[in-house]
Amino acid sequence: MNRARRTFLPFALGFGALVVFILALEALIRAGLINRFIVPLPSQIAGAFGRVIVEEDIPHRFLVTAREALWAALLLLLVGVGIGVLLYRVRLLRQATETWVAALASAPTVLMYPLFLVIFGRSETTIIMMGFVAGVPAVILKVIEGLASTRPVLINVGRSFKLTELQLFWKILFPAALPTIFVGLRLGMIFALINIVGVEFLINFGGLGQLINDLAERYDLPGTYAAICFVILVSVVFFFLTDRIERWLRPVD
Amino acid sequence: MAETGRLSAPAAPPIAPVTLVRVAIIVFVLLFWEAIARSGLLFRDVVPSLTVIGGALVELLADPTYYRHLGVTAGEIGIALGVGGVAGLAVGIALGGSRLLARAFEPYLYYLGPTPKIIFFPLMIMWFGVGPGSKVAMGVISCFFPVALSAAAGMRGIDKVLIKVGRSFRAGTWAMVTKIYLPAMRAPIINGVRLGLGVAIIGTLLAETKLSNRGVGFLVINAYSTFNMPRMYALLIVVFVLSIGANALVGRLGGVGDIKRA
Repeated sequence: MNRARRTFLPFALGFGALVVFILALEALIRAGLINRFIVPLPSQIAGAFGRVIVEEDIPHRFLVTAREALWAALLLLLVGVGIGVLLYRVRLLRQATETWVAALASAPTVLMYPLFLVIFGRSETTIIMMGFVAGVPAVILKVIEGLASTRPVLINVGRSFKLTELQLFWKILFPAALPTIFVGLRLGMIFALINIVGVEFLINFGGLGQLINDLAERYDLPGTYAAICFVILVSVVFFFLTDRIERWLRPVD
Repeated sequence: MAETGRLSAPAAPPIAPVTLVRVAIIVFVLLFWEAIARSGLLFRDVVPSLTVIGGALVELLADPTYYRHLGVTAGEIGIALGVGGVAGLAVGIALGGSRLLARAFEPYLYYLGPTPKIIFFPLMIMWFGVGPGSKVAMGVISCFFPVALSAAAGMRGIDKVLIKVGRSFRAGTWAMVTKIYLPAMRAPIINGVRLGLGVAIIGTLLAETKLSNRGVGFLVINAYSTFNMPRMYALLIVVFVLSIGANALVGRLGGVGDIKRA
């Protein structure tokens, strides 16, 4: 009872504040204090949801973006984890390049999208590659971190059982590193998704990102706001679900 | 492999093997690039020769208009970091100081943080116009979240003894913030600013590539639309060097030089 109240009160406060904010916005716009040609009524935005979903074929656009994300995820898994394992195995290579990868992680790689446009054309490949480029440094760094922090005891156990290098990797190192690798993949996918939707918006091509650009260019304000809310909702749901999986994978200390 | 390392260790080669590997990788990449450029396998200019890129780089750095555009972008990012950083800091301190507020509002920040910010750009144009205002706004939205989340986490990480000392001296809210909280959370705040700077650069530059007539982002997209590939490479090199440098500088300032901690 007490515990239920402890979690309910903050939730009510947070959600209540959101509702009050929306209601206040509605009232201010209706009173003419906020220009309704800049911020449409929240009720209008809510009404636009249904229209946008049906008329703009959101399910299809969602699938297009999801397909791009899936390809990027596949590339991250193959190339990112592959390079991470390689750098972990070849120590000299790791010492030489790990800071470069870290620097790349902090570089604004998304700004290369005009370059990718020239190389791959205005196509899904450009979008997928931009997502991949944004996510891959995080994956590499986390794979190395995960493998390198495997407890020596576990490795020694493997050696005392005379496991071959390959067996040692698959039976000991990889499972021990899996939670950290997943953290890396999730981080990489978050960066990839941000870039995928962002580049869709910027080059006006593809799924959900293009929809926002489209609606904004048509000056369909309630539609634009609704589409933005929808994209935010989708990314929050993705973020929430992967967060749960990450917690579930994390070893109990 | 560990054995060979141990054996060769006392010899102390004149050049560290790591440096050797680095140089080898760089030389290999450059040669590979030049080979592709000269092979004619790709469309002309997609992979320009290194000498051409070098020429474009020199030309860019000697061009006074480039510095004017760079100044515009740097100004936008600076204002964005100032506004977003202070707002993020204030919200972070408020959330970190109250368990109830943190539980009520931090999930929103936590889950909104990693959403794509650039999609807000059409709204920012509507609110702040097509000029620098909307680019600053993009930067503010981008850097607010990492600063707020780091500040909230840093606030919770403050040693309780320090807070008790402040209270026992009957420090007011302002004195508590400036004398106790901020100095004690220096490392997490610097880390938040570093993350915030990175995303503010991205937000501002992307907005410039979408719609503007000034700034480095505009130069990049202009090089694209005139198909001036050497210039685009030169611009990207400069932007990368500047932002990685700025990132390292902020990290160095806070004594958290480890750029891996993302």
